[in-house]
Amino acid sequence: MADAKVIPFDDDRSRGAAGKGATRRRGPGGSGRRKGEPAAVREVQPLPVQQAAPVPEPEEPAVPEKPEERGGWDRRIAGGLSFLRRRITGDYDVDEFGYDKELTDQVLMSLLRPIAEKYFRVEVKGVENIPSEGGALIVSNHSGTLPLDGLMLQVAVHDNHPAERHLRLLAADLVFMLPVVNELARKAGHTLACAEDAQRLLEGGELVGVMPEGFKGIGKPFSERYKLQRFGRGGFVSTALRAGTPIVPCSIVGAEEIYPMIGNAKTLARVLGFPYFPITPTFPWLGPLGAVPLPTKWTIQFGEPIATDGYPPEAAEDPMLMFNLTDQVREQIQHTLYKLLVQRRSVFF
Amino acid sequence: MGKVVLVTGVARQLGGRFVRRIQRDPEVDRVIGVDAVPPAHHLGGADFLQADIRQPTIARVLAEHSVDTVVHMDVTGTPLASGGRGSVKETNVIGTMQLLGACQKSPQVKRLVVKSSTNVYGSAPRDPAVFTETTPPKSLPSGGFAKDTVEVEGYVRGFARRRPDVAVCVLRFANILGPTADSPLAEYFSLPVLPTVFGYDPRLQFVHEDDVIEVLRIASHDPARSTLNSGTFNVAGDGVLLLSQCSRRLGRPTVPVLLPAVTWVGSALRTLGATDFSPEQIRLLTHGRVVSTTQMRDTLGYRPKYTTAEAFADFVRGRGPGLLPPQALAGAVDRIAALPVLGGGRTPSHPPTQSAN
Repeated sequence: MADAKVIPFDDDRSRGAAGKGATRRRGPGGSGRRKGEPAAVREVQPLPVQQAAPVPEPEEPAVPEKPEERGGWDRRIAGGLSFLRRRITGDYDVDEFGYDKELTDQVLMSLLRPIAEKYFRVEVKGVENIPSEGGALIVSNHSGTLPLDGLMLQVAVHDNHPAERHLRLLAADLVFMLPVVNELARKAGHTLACAEDAQRLLEGGELVGVMPEGFKGIGKPFSERYKLQRFGRGGFVSTALRAGTPIVPCSIVGAEEIYPMIGNAKTLARVLGFPYFPITPTFPWLGPLGAVPLPTKWTIQFGEPIATDGYPPEAAEDPMLMFNLTDQVREQIQHTLYKLLVQRRSVFF
Repeated sequence: MGKVVLVTGVARQLGGRFVRRIQRDPEVDRVIGVDAVPPAHHLGGADFLQADIRQPTIARVLAEHSVDTVVHMDVTGTPLASGGRGSVKETNVIGTMQLLGACQKSPQVKRLVVKSSTNVYGSAPRDPAVFTETTPPKSLPSGGFAKDTVEVEGYVRGFARRRPDVAVCVLRFANILGPTADSPLAEYFSLPVLPTVFGYDPRLQFVHEDDVIEVLRIASHDPARSTLNSGTFNVAGDGVLLLSQCSRRLGRPTVPVLLPAVTWVGSALRTLGATDFSPEQIRLLTHGRVVSTTQMRDTLGYRPKYTTAEAFADFVRGRGPGLLPPQALAGAVDRIAALPVLGGGRTPSHPPTQSAN
């Protein structure tokens, strides 16, 4: 299998011979960080909740008691029908960015959740660093050829944060040029990565996610994985400063390996109008099957928030301060990436 | 001493309504309606002067009647009765130039109100989600009504520079809807089946006719205390509707058309005389447009009576039911909910909204 060949690329730094991951998974290693090894898949979600709130039980009312099972189904059907009724009569609200909260909660999140929980088994750490209310800017690394990391981040924040906050992602203009994609992106609460939109969202008290590396980060070759690219022009820092909202650095490990990009068909990309055209060990060769991402194990770590409200209003115009803050955020994300990589036992488990 | 108000474009429904309304204001002495063709509706006792604003005679009208307030409403996207796009463009651009030239010559003119449109922002995927009055458009409208409005606003800015003693107010209205509105978008929503662009669901904003009239009225009088009514203002109802929502609320099914084929469908519809499917309208129906109305609220001091959704609901009431009336669809779902198989009987016709949270 092509998948198996990819494993040794990365893994010599932690523990070598990752091919026998299945046996390793039962082993005692890494007990300090990971509790409950056998149920790794299931345990991923409650972990951060335990850190944030002492009682995780009320968060998960998934299994109703036996006598009420029939009532639960009734309620679910009634809920589904009233949802359908509202949808087909157009009786729902969207905000000025086109964010359709109901559709996102009921449909889009439910579609993404299994991918996050079962496929990539996203482990979320430090979710308590995201404020429970008010605006905040989550700054994350960007990787993986396709922006799945953004979507997984959105699910991770919503499902793990005690306040169930919705992440509003800032996306590249390419997203809003493509049919279907732009429609779904707007409905999921994403908007164009520009200072105006970001500031409007932050001042409205929303949680905004940005990946300042942009195409440089997501379209970098596999050999440069986990090396942060330049952080744009640092515009996100001045936006956060203007809005006076904290910056939460975020490091995502695992997304780099989902599509190992070993080549870039630049001519084809130019013809199609894309910033890059990835060639992976599987992609154009196996057709649509090659577009299935590798089932890597993901970790998303939110770092200590960096406060920006202590600066005077004119600070947003100070280029020196911009560069310093940008570097600080970048360093923190890079440092956390390396730390997570050292702790990681294998790419896939 | 009362005011003398000159209103252009009174042969249209909106112009006629505005004349009738401002006629009733006590501080207004006289209202003079001007248009190239006589209006089909009455003007509530206002004087009508048949004059083409493209001709220099308009200057004589201003001087003869010592007009002090000019409300320029003859900036429109659709031709009136006969006449094609060419004459509309000429009225919009040349008419505005003549009118502004006449205003510049007239020492009595103290106030100028121009009805513009949010079309000046264009709509493109690279634009920010919400336009403020100062947002520069990423791609200037290349033609059609949108380009007219951009040029009109350019001439108005030039006029404001040359006559700093005149209070100039430019009102950028979102899509105007209401029971009698004759805007291109209203025509579009009257089609039995709505052609849409495949893969795009534009955000739209509407403003109700009543609010349009009120805002124009506020702009043509002296400003109320702690407000300012000169400058440029976006005027739109609160909130946003997606095109898909509009079609569902209207009960008219949509036919998604691939973007390359849209222009073709548009010209076919235009040939049939169904609606004006201009390129700029296709762009609006592709990328949508939302404007910020903070200036209107804080500076102009106006709160619209109708939200976008309410303005649209009022428009829907004015039209006949579509092919798929929302009430019928809702009724169908309620009947399914009442089926005994689903444990219906107990559920009321409007089931508790468990999933709404």
